[in-house]
Amino acid sequence: MSTPVLEVSGLRKSFGKDVVLQEISFEVPVHTATVFIGSSGSGKSTLLRCINLLDGIDDGIINLDGEEISDPRINADEIRRKLGMVFQSFNLFPHMSVMDNITLSPIRVQGIDKEQARSAAKTLLSRFGLLEKANQYPDRLSGGQQQRVAIIRSLALKPRLLLLDEVTSALDPVLVNEVLSTVRDLKVEGMTMVIATHEMGFAKQVADEVCFLHQGRIVEYGPPGKVLEDPRDSRTQDFLKRVHEAGRL
Amino acid sequence: MTNPLESTAPKGRASSIGNEVPDWKPSELELSRKRIRSDQNRRNILIAAGSSFLVLGTLVSILITSPGFKSLSDTFFAWAYGFEILPKVILGFTTNLILTVIAATCVSIFGLLLALTRTSRSPALTPFRFLATMYVDVFRGVPMLLIILLVGFGIPSLRLRGLTNNVFVLGTAAVIITYSAYVAEVLRSGILTVHPSQRAAARSLGLSNFQTLRHVVLPQALRRVTPPLLNDLVALIKDTGLVSILGVTDAVRAAQISSSRSFNYTPYVMAAILFLMVTVPLTRFTDRTMRRAIERQNAQGLA
Repeated sequence: MSTPVLEVSGLRKSFGKDVVLQEISFEVPVHTATVFIGSSGSGKSTLLRCINLLDGIDDGIINLDGEEISDPRINADEIRRKLGMVFQSFNLFPHMSVMDNITLSPIRVQGIDKEQARSAAKTLLSRFGLLEKANQYPDRLSGGQQQRVAIIRSLALKPRLLLLDEVTSALDPVLVNEVLSTVRDLKVEGMTMVIATHEMGFAKQVADEVCFLHQGRIVEYGPPGKVLEDPRDSRTQDFLKRVHEAGRL
Repeated sequence: MTNPLESTAPKGRASSIGNEVPDWKPSELELSRKRIRSDQNRRNILIAAGSSFLVLGTLVSILITSPGFKSLSDTFFAWAYGFEILPKVILGFTTNLILTVIAATCVSIFGLLLALTRTSRSPALTPFRFLATMYVDVFRGVPMLLIILLVGFGIPSLRLRGLTNNVFVLGTAAVIITYSAYVAEVLRSGILTVHPSQRAAARSLGLSNFQTLRHVVLPQALRRVTPPLLNDLVALIKDTGLVSILGVTDAVRAAQISSSRSFNYTPYVMAAILFLMVTVPLTRFTDRTMRRAIERQNAQGLA
């Protein structure tokens, strides 16, 4: 067995007295997608922020390609270059064109030649059908287009692992689909991903493993067929029932 | 004869697909509304004109009929004399403009450094952060006139070798010291309004703290604080007149010299007009920039 891209074991995170995550352990092998589900406030976003070293952790170990990145002496900037992160609120830079948003990090951080970075960005944009938006500013794009640009922006760094934090939660139902199909394409191409989502149907399609988070703990873990179709834990059953009632399954 | 409706119908449909204005004629209802709107407009204009005439007319007539008006216009508005000394005041005013340019340049640099120091979280900068906070507290809390007096008369009295006695240099330094504190606070507030998620996005792309500041935070912050910065520029221009207290022959000082010779205050009025000729257009420009900034923000909120 080769080393998994991401290994998390015994992770704990608290904000003051508030324990947000505890005893979190899971592995993400290469070319697989691990999907985290759970109600709002269950700790999904915090977990992704911890993996991306945007938030410090209180205990446990995070390994990326076998290297411990939870070591406080590590250069966080270097690690983040290997991780792509896409946010619920897109977070495109409003003062830059789509092209500049995508090429900022390749040019400034990776030191890639400007022309080369732009042509790489054009390739990505045309692959996702957004080439004609290259010179537009983010406020001229629809929410779905903005989120797809945000995905492309993180792909431009050729990350080892992509972290997707409820990437469709700020979108209307029609736009949700264009973003989800983009993520599905990435999965087909073999991108390794950790995904937090409220879209159960989508989770079923892309997940190799599904984790159900409840009050900061993983209470159920397994292939989507098991966790989503035949959950054993009563809390998972309860959650899926409520999701079903809300018409999101 | 062909039916006109038949021939226009397909054309109308085609043009509406091409997003052009189809043959549209306002309805009777809309035409009657239009008449009502233009009536309302006409009435509003009449009311505005009437009230302006009434208020301004009252003010002017109070002024003109006041018993001291004759002597007032002789001592303040002696235009012939005013134009005679105008070249001297204009010469002085160029000093104000030069001072403004030098001060504005230095203030942008020092103000930015102060703002960056105050907003940084680097442990190495802790003492500088403390000093910057103190600096801003002190120089924003003291009247600028006092700073000018302290710098202008205090530094020469130290008799340190290498320090200048030139009142222009000292006055400019005092203006820079004070305005850097003002501008630093404006810039700092701009930096703080950039949402933390923008930083998070930049850091997650592997940008360092400095790169995040340089490429993501500062460009957005500067755009937001452009109107208040222009306000400070207007204030700076007129406050350069304060250095006249050190004996710098700026517009105010030049007016003072002429005035004390003739016992007539018209030179002051001439100096005031010169200041207004620069500050009023700049203020209008600031208003427009601010309106645009608000429009842009609202547009972003909708998107």
